[in-house]
Amino acid sequence: MRTSTAARAGQYAALLAYLVFLAFPFLWLLSTALKPPAELAGLHPTWIPRDPTLANFRQAFDEQPLLRAALNSLLAALSAAVVAVVVATPMAYVMARRRTALTRAATGWVVVSQAFPFVLLIIPLFLVLKNLRLIDSVPGLVMVYVVWALPFALWMLVGYVRAVPAELEEAAAVDGAGRLRTLVSVTAPLLAPGIVATALFAFVTAWNEFFFALVLLKTPEKQTLPVVLTHFIGAEGVADLGPLAAAAFLATLPSLVVFAVIQRRITSGMLAGAVKS
Amino acid sequence: MRTRILVTLLAVTLLLAGCSSGGTRDDGRITLRFQSLAWQQESVEATRELVDEWNAAHPDVRVEYVQGSWDSVHDQLLTSFEGGEAPDIIHDASDDLADFAYGGHLADLTDLLPERLKADIPPSGWETVTFKDGIHGVPFLQEPRVLIANATRLRESGVRVPTPEDPWSWGEFRRVTERLSGEGTYGVAWPLKEPVSATLNLSLSAGGRLFHRGADGKVTVRFEEGDEVVPRTVHAQVNTDRSASPTTLGSGGSDTLPGFFAGKYAMVPLGFSYRQQIVQQAPEGFDWQVLPAPAGAGGLTQGVSPQTLSVAEDCPHKEEAVAFLDFLLRPENTVRLALGDWMLPTGRQALAHPALHTADHGWAVGTALADHLRPAPAQTVRGYPEWKDKVATPALQEYYSGAIGLDELRERLEEDGNLVLARYQR
Repeated sequence: MRTSTAARAGQYAALLAYLVFLAFPFLWLLSTALKPPAELAGLHPTWIPRDPTLANFRQAFDEQPLLRAALNSLLAALSAAVVAVVVATPMAYVMARRRTALTRAATGWVVVSQAFPFVLLIIPLFLVLKNLRLIDSVPGLVMVYVVWALPFALWMLVGYVRAVPAELEEAAAVDGAGRLRTLVSVTAPLLAPGIVATALFAFVTAWNEFFFALVLLKTPEKQTLPVVLTHFIGAEGVADLGPLAAAAFLATLPSLVVFAVIQRRITSGMLAGAVKS
Repeated sequence: MRTRILVTLLAVTLLLAGCSSGGTRDDGRITLRFQSLAWQQESVEATRELVDEWNAAHPDVRVEYVQGSWDSVHDQLLTSFEGGEAPDIIHDASDDLADFAYGGHLADLTDLLPERLKADIPPSGWETVTFKDGIHGVPFLQEPRVLIANATRLRESGVRVPTPEDPWSWGEFRRVTERLSGEGTYGVAWPLKEPVSATLNLSLSAGGRLFHRGADGKVTVRFEEGDEVVPRTVHAQVNTDRSASPTTLGSGGSDTLPGFFAGKYAMVPLGFSYRQQIVQQAPEGFDWQVLPAPAGAGGLTQGVSPQTLSVAEDCPHKEEAVAFLDFLLRPENTVRLALGDWMLPTGRQALAHPALHTADHGWAVGTALADHLRPAPAQTVRGYPEWKDKVATPALQEYYSGAIGLDELRERLEEDGNLVLARYQR
């Protein structure tokens, strides 16, 4: 059944509208970051700055240690993503392949644990980390991020593992491959896109996280980007809008870059190599 | 292979980060952590400079500057107190201190404060930080609510321009805003995103008290004649005279500035520190001036919640922390902080500084109001946050928008409000 030209045009129009919808906040942030204060206070907002300036970017860097905060965020987010995936992958494999009452209960608990509001957890968590002498340390923050990302990462990966046909592993075993060889040569390559997607989720969650970083890190040199961004906001919610927009725009770039680099891995042939040629 | 290298590198990095984490240096010096909420460039610079000056003069008591944020200070302090990891010196606002003070997290400074500081700040200032008969902070900066006016529109309309010596009455203010309205423009834009504090604090000028403490110490809400003046004025301007914009009732102060600059509104009631934004954002040639808020039976009296500096109860070096506060709040230093934040100092000596009495940017008008500032009425009322969120905010918003009348507003503030407060006073 061939798609008609009109239907195809409609699809493209819908896709374009969706892209515009998604891009709007980012482009508006950029537009705001390039406007001088007087233009920001204009009654009629303009898409294209009439008098574009980089002064907001300069001021943002002058006033706050954005680069250092970005490096802190990067370290915490990357560490959290890697550790979460390393821990969650074998767990997910077992939960997907061994369906017992225990794994079903574990899966249920993982879902339920997502319902806990973190405001409820922050004080006990703070006390635990304090006893472990991990307050005001990047490892402490990473530990929290890993624990926080683990349930959802596990849930995601269980789905990915289940999507890999068990018959492929059985076929490898018939061909004489051992358990480890099967996992490394057959299952892992097919799971790679799922692992990457899960790592990406953990990375973005940690990169954007604010409250734990605010509460757990005391030393200014260790603060992450979301915490530093709040320093552009004053009493009664008054904001230094230009520098805030400039800093927020820069803060969104790493996530975008990571997505741009990795998205090909996510979408490329999920079952590439599944069939012997 | 590459994955293994990456994981190894990350593990090493984490270990190194762990090795270098936190803690006071063990070199015999006292280190005090000072969490400042200064956020505008000028006030951050002034605060940091003062910290540097202290550190240069006091090598044995080092103060470490930590940047906090108004946006999240309450949650952050709450968690830090519960975990025993709070900063030694805490910058906050007096209306945020009650729970921390009653919870035993803030040191009682009554016997630690030097006489100079005690004598310099008027009793009304100390009232804002006194809980359980103890002083739990030092009020050091405050801001009255003023009218920021389009000077050109005022001149053209020919209305009498008020001064602190001869302010508008609430009735006159209403008539003036009517005269300034017309052809798609309004005499005033009330930014009432937070209607409760604005209404209560301005109502002191009309003799409104709303909260009445009985002989048994219990507080009840009574919405009396003095309490009606400000709400009635706003309601009439929005719904009867059409001299106030209905669209700004849900806005914050900053949101009204574009319309103000564009001539849509002739006046905007704002906190004194908003002048900094106006200076920064106003179009070239825009002529504006600061006017006192209208006065009623209570004169120019207004409620305020000053910015405060407190010492954590867990701080092992309270005397040194108070010595730093004493240094930071010397008159000449307080003036620097006040100018940086575009606010008024609470101390009398700082307030007398010539820099705060210039006509430039309305400094003199604000300074003239300083003697009329009182503690915000709700500050010591237990249960106020719940009363505000569940009862007063929706009731006032509905009244100002014209959805309910004055009788229903009174009924809800009193009946529903007293039910809420009663739970906190059993």
